[in-house]
Amino acid sequence: MTTLGTATQLLELVCATLAAPAFLGWVSQCRAWLQNRSAPSLLQPYLGLRKLFHKDVVLAENASPLFRVAPYVVFGTMVAAAAIIPSMGTGLPLSMAADAIALVGLLATARVFLSLAAMDIGTAFGTLGARREMMVGFLAEPALLMVVFVAAMISKTTSLPLIAEGLTTRALALHPSLAFTAVGFTMVLLAENARIPVDNPATHLELTMIHEAMLLEYSGRHLAMMEWAAALKLLNYACIGFALFIPWGTSTEASGPQGLLLAVPVLVAKLAVAGAGLALIETLSAKLRVFRAPEFLATAFLLAVLGLLMHLLLGD
Amino acid sequence: MSFSYLNACLTMLLAWGAIGVAGLLRPRSVEFAGRTLFPLGAAVGIALAVLALSGIATPAERAVLPLGLPGLPFHLRRDALSCVFLALLGGASAGISIFSTGYFRKGEGALPGLLCLEYHCFLASMGLVLLADDAYAFMVAWETMALSSYFLVTTQHRIPEIRSAGFLYLLIAHVGAIGILLSFGVMQGGTWQFTFDAMRAAHLSPGWATIAFGLALFGFGAKAGLVPMHVWLPEAHPAAPSPVSALMSGVMLKTAVYGVLRVSFDLLDGLQWWWGLVALGLGLVSAFYGVIFAAVQTDMKRLLAWSSIENIGIVFTGVGLTIVFQGAGMGPLAALALVATLYHCLNHAFMKSVLFLGTGCVLHATGERNLGRLGGLIHRMPWVAWLTLVGVLAIAGLPPLNGFVSEWLLLQAFLFAGDVPQTFVNMLLPVGAAVVALCTALAGYVMVKFFGVIFLGQPREAGLAGAHDAGLVERLGLLWLAAACIGLGLFPVQVIGSLDVVARELLKLPAGGWGSEWWLLAPAAARHASYGPLALFGVTLVVVVLAALGVRGVYRRRVRRGPAWDCGFARLDARMQDTAEGFGQPIRHVFEPFFQMERELPTPFDAAPRYRVSVGDRLWTLLYLPLAATVRWVAEQVARLQQGRIATYLLYSFVTLIALLALVL
Amino acid sequence: MAPLPIDLQLLNACAALLLLLAFSMLSQRRIVNLVNLLALQGALLCAATLLVAWRTGQGHLYLSAGLTLALKVVGLPLLLHRLIRRLNVYWDAEPVINTSGTMLIGLLVVVFSFGLAQPITALASTATRNALGIAIAVILLSFLTMITRRKAMSQVVAFLSMENGLFFGAMSATYGMPMVVELGVALDVLVAMLVLGVFFFQIREQFDSLDLHHLESLKEGE
Repeated sequence: MTTLGTATQLLELVCATLAAPAFLGWVSQCRAWLQNRSAPSLLQPYLGLRKLFHKDVVLAENASPLFRVAPYVVFGTMVAAAAIIPSMGTGLPLSMAADAIALVGLLATARVFLSLAAMDIGTAFGTLGARREMMVGFLAEPALLMVVFVAAMISKTTSLPLIAEGLTTRALALHPSLAFTAVGFTMVLLAENARIPVDNPATHLELTMIHEAMLLEYSGRHLAMMEWAAALKLLNYACIGFALFIPWGTSTEASGPQGLLLAVPVLVAKLAVAGAGLALIETLSAKLRVFRAPEFLATAFLLAVLGLLMHLLLGD
Repeated sequence: MSFSYLNACLTMLLAWGAIGVAGLLRPRSVEFAGRTLFPLGAAVGIALAVLALSGIATPAERAVLPLGLPGLPFHLRRDALSCVFLALLGGASAGISIFSTGYFRKGEGALPGLLCLEYHCFLASMGLVLLADDAYAFMVAWETMALSSYFLVTTQHRIPEIRSAGFLYLLIAHVGAIGILLSFGVMQGGTWQFTFDAMRAAHLSPGWATIAFGLALFGFGAKAGLVPMHVWLPEAHPAAPSPVSALMSGVMLKTAVYGVLRVSFDLLDGLQWWWGLVALGLGLVSAFYGVIFAAVQTDMKRLLAWSSIENIGIVFTGVGLTIVFQGAGMGPLAALALVATLYHCLNHAFMKSVLFLGTGCVLHATGERNLGRLGGLIHRMPWVAWLTLVGVLAIAGLPPLNGFVSEWLLLQAFLFAGDVPQTFVNMLLPVGAAVVALCTALAGYVMVKFFGVIFLGQPREAGLAGAHDAGLVERLGLLWLAAACIGLGLFPVQVIGSLDVVARELLKLPAGGWGSEWWLLAPAAARHASYGPLALFGVTLVVVVLAALGVRGVYRRRVRRGPAWDCGFARLDARMQDTAEGFGQPIRHVFEPFFQMERELPTPFDAAPRYRVSVGDRLWTLLYLPLAATVRWVAEQVARLQQGRIATYLLYSFVTLIALLALVL
Repeated sequence: MAPLPIDLQLLNACAALLLLLAFSMLSQRRIVNLVNLLALQGALLCAATLLVAWRTGQGHLYLSAGLTLALKVVGLPLLLHRLIRRLNVYWDAEPVINTSGTMLIGLLVVVFSFGLAQPITALASTATRNALGIAIAVILLSFLTMITRRKAMSQVVAFLSMENGLFFGAMSATYGMPMVVELGVALDVLVAMLVLGVFFFQIREQFDSLDLHHLESLKEGE
C-alpha cells in the first residue's frame, strides 16, 4: 500500500463521484445532436441535482426506515464500486479487499436494495418496477459474471487492476474471445443502466418504465442521491469496460506520478468516445417490448459463454 | 491428552437424550418444557459446538459402546469431518432451541412434553449419525432420525394434508435408507464385517465401487432432496412447525451431505473422476429446478423449502467438483472446492434457520401462510423484519455477508476447472459456473419476492393490523443466528482455518497453500484473487455514513408525510400491489417448459370472473405417478395369489414340497 | 505462449466472426437479414482465402478468392434478393422452438463440435488447426437453422451457409483444397440450387405459399 496507490484511489473516488453527472450530460448532448435537437448544457444534471437537494422530502405515510436508508446505501455501494475499478491507475489498495466477483456482488447489493425500497410503499407501480428490475437483473448479473470470468481466465486472476495490467503488458494480439465478451458486455451495460433498447430513461409512461418506476416515490434529497447513484453506475460500467477491454493509458505502479497525470486526459478521451458511442446505439435502436428483454439478455449471456468456449478452444 | 473429545461429545448427546426423556415427567406443562428444558437443550448445543470446534485439529479418536446386539457393538469415531458437522449441529440447534422456548404453545396438536422428547431425540440421533463408525450404528441412528422427524412433522396430525405430507416424507426416507443399506452391503467387499474400518480396508473393483457410490448418492440424495428425489421436501417442510422446518432444512439435510463425503472420500478408496460429473450434473439440475420453482410459490414455507433444494444443489455441485479435481489428481484445487462446499453447508444452516424462524413468527402473529394475505409487516414486527432481512441478504449472496463467501470460493474453484485434462470436461465445467451464477442471481430474485411481499408494502388483509412482534426469547434465537451469519461473513479466514484442516485430512494432502492474512482471504497467492470483507464493509459503511451526514448537514430541508403517489387514480388500494403470483410471472414466462401450469381464465361473459393459476411439478406426473401406478399393478398381480380357497393354498404347499424334493434329488 | 504472427491471428479472428454470424443466423427471422448475413460470410471467406494465399503463396487460391467474391458476396445474394422480392416472402414464421431454446441448443452444439475437434487438432499440422472446431460448429449450427425454420427460403440460405462452413474448414485445416474438389463441390451446390428453385415454384403453384408445413398434407391415408 504505497502513497501513490492511496492517492490514486482517492483521486479516482472523488473524480468518479463528481464527474458522473457530467458523463450523463455528455450522453444526452450527443443524443440531442444526433436527433437534430439543440442540446442541453453539459452541466444540466448538476443543476437538476441542486434543485432536488433544495426541496423538501415528501414521504408516503407508510414508508418504513428501509425506504429512508436505501438511497444512502445504494449511493455508498456505487462509490465503493468506483473505488475498486481501475479507471485511472492500477495500484489500488482497496482492490485487494474486493475483486471483480465482489464488484458484481456490490452491484447486486445496490439492485436488491433499490428493488426492496420500490416494494416498500406498496403501490402497483413500485412493485411492477421492482419485479421488472429483478427480471433484468437475474439475467444481466450472470452475463456480467461470465464476461469477468473470461477476462479472469485469460489473465489468470480475478483482481480487476491485475486484469487490466495483464492486458496492457501482453503483446498486442487479437483476442476473439474478448471480442465476443465485449459485445455481450455492451448489451449488459445497456440493460443494467436502463438505456434503450431495454428501457427508455426519458420516458414518462409508467407502464413502460423499469428503472424510473422504482424512483416514483422518492423526492427531494433522496431522489437526488438515487439519480446521482444511477449516473455513477453508468460511469462505473463504462470504466469496467475500459479496464477489461481497452486498458491502455492507465497508470501503473511503475509509471509513477507522471503516469497518473497522463491517465486523467486519457480517461476523459475514452469517456467522450464511449458516451458518443452510447448515444449512437441508443439513437439507432428502438425500445424492446418488456418480454423481449430476457431474450436480449439471454443473447448477451450466451455471447459471454461463447467467448469462454472460444478462449478454451483457441487458447487465447 | 487425557481429555477425550469423543467422550465429551458423546456426553452432550446423552444429555440431549436425558432432556428429552425428562420431558415425559410433566408432559402437559408448557412452562416446564418451554422455560426449563429447551434452554437446557440450547446450552448443550452451544457446549457441543465449542467442543467440536476445539477438537477439529486433534487426531481421530475411537470408542466402542457396549450397546447394540451381542456380536455387533456400536463403534464410534470422531475425526475432523465429524467435528465440523457437529459444530454445525450444535451452533444452529442452539439458536433454534432458544427460539423454541417461546414458540411452542398449547393446542399445537401434541403434548409439549412429547414434543420435547421427539425434538431432543432428533438432535441426539443426528449427532450419533455423525459419530458412527460402523454400518449398524449408522443405520440405527439414521432410522431414529427419520422416525423422530416424522413425528415432529406430523405434530398437527389432525389435518389430513399434514398426515399425507408426513407419509410421503417417511416413504422417501425409507427408500433412501434402502439405498444406503445396499451401498454399505456392497462396500464391505466380501469380508462380511460392517465396521467402517473394514470398508476402508476392502478393495473393490471399479465396477463395484461405482455401484456403491451410485447407491450412496441415491440414498443420501433422497434424504438431501436432490432432484428427482426431492418431492417430499416441499410437502414436509411447510407441514412441520417452523423450528422443526428450520432444523430439518438447516441440519438434517447436511447429515446427508456428510454421508456422501464420508462414503466418497473415506470409505471408498478408488475414486473415479467421472463420479464427480454425475454429482455435479445432479447438483446443477437441483439448483436450477429449486430456484425457479421457489420463484413461483405462493406459500412462504414452500418457497423456503424449494430454496433449500437449490442450496443443496449448490452443495452437491461443490461435492462433484471436489471429486472431479481429486480424481484428476489436482489436490489443492480439490481442497479449495471442498472448503467451499463445507462453508456453504455452514452458511445455509444459519441463513435458512433465520428465514424459517422468521416465518414462524409471522405465522404465529397473523395465522397466515399464504403470501397473498400478508404484507406491510415491517411496521408491526420490526425486530422480526430486520433480523429476517439479514438472512435474506445472506441467502441472496450479497457481500459482506456469509452467502457471498461460499459463492466466491466456489467460483474461484470453477475458474481453475479449465485445467482439467479430460477433453469435454474442461469445457463443460466453466459452463457449470455459468449455471451457478444464474442460480445465484435467481436466488436474489426469490428473496426480494419473499421479503418484499411479506414485510414491505401495504397489508393485504385487514386482520394483519393485529400482528404483534416476537417475544424476547424468540428475538434472542433470531439474534444468535443472524449474528452467526454476519460473523461467518466478516471473518472467513478464521473459519477457513478450521475447514482447511478437514479438507487436508479427508483428501490426504499436506497442509499449507493458503496465502491469507487475518483480514484477507486468499486461496492461492494474494496476487491471484483475494477478498477482505472487513475492509470492504468498513469502506462502504464510512461512505454511507459520510454521505448521509454530509447531505443532511448541508441541506437542511424538512421531511413531510403524505399519501403515496397514485398517478391521478384516487382509488388505489392494497390489493393492487403485486401478488406473489404476479412477482413470479416473469419466471413463469421465461422458463415455461419446466412448469406444469393449469390456468383458469375468465371469459367476457362471466358474472363473477375468476382467474386461477396453479403451478405444479412436472416430475410428479412424469416420474412418480407412473411409478406408483406400476407398483399398484404389480401388487394387483401378486394379489391374485390370494384366492381364499383352502384347496389352492394346500396346492401351493404341495407344489413347493415337490419342487424342493426334486432339487435335493 | 508466444503470440501468433499477425496473419494467423487475423485468420483466427475470421473464424470467430464466422461463428458469430452463424449464431446470428440462428436467431434471425427476417429473411432479408439472413441473406445479408450470408453475404458477410462470403466476404469473410474471401478474406480468409486471401490470407491463406498470402501465407502459402499458392496462386490458385487467389483465383479461388476472386471466385468467392464474385459468387458468394455479389452474385448469389443479388439472386436471392430478387427471388425474395418475386416470391414476396420477407418474414419467417415463429420457429419450432422459441429463440432462447434454440440458442441454448446451439450452444450445446458448439461445445460438442469443439470437443470433437480437440483430438483432431492434435493430429493436424497447420497452425490454424484450432479453427477446424469452429468450422464443424458452423456446419452443425447451419444444420440446426435448417431444422428450426418453416419457410423454404431460410432453409436454402442455411444450406448455403453449411457449404461456407465446409469451405472454411478445408481452408484452415489443409490450406485449401485441390481445384478439382472445389469445382466439384461448387457444381453440387449449383445443381442443388437449380433443383430447389424448380421445387420452389412447384410448391408455390400447388399451395400458394412457401410454408413447408403444407407439405405435410401430402401424407397418404390422412
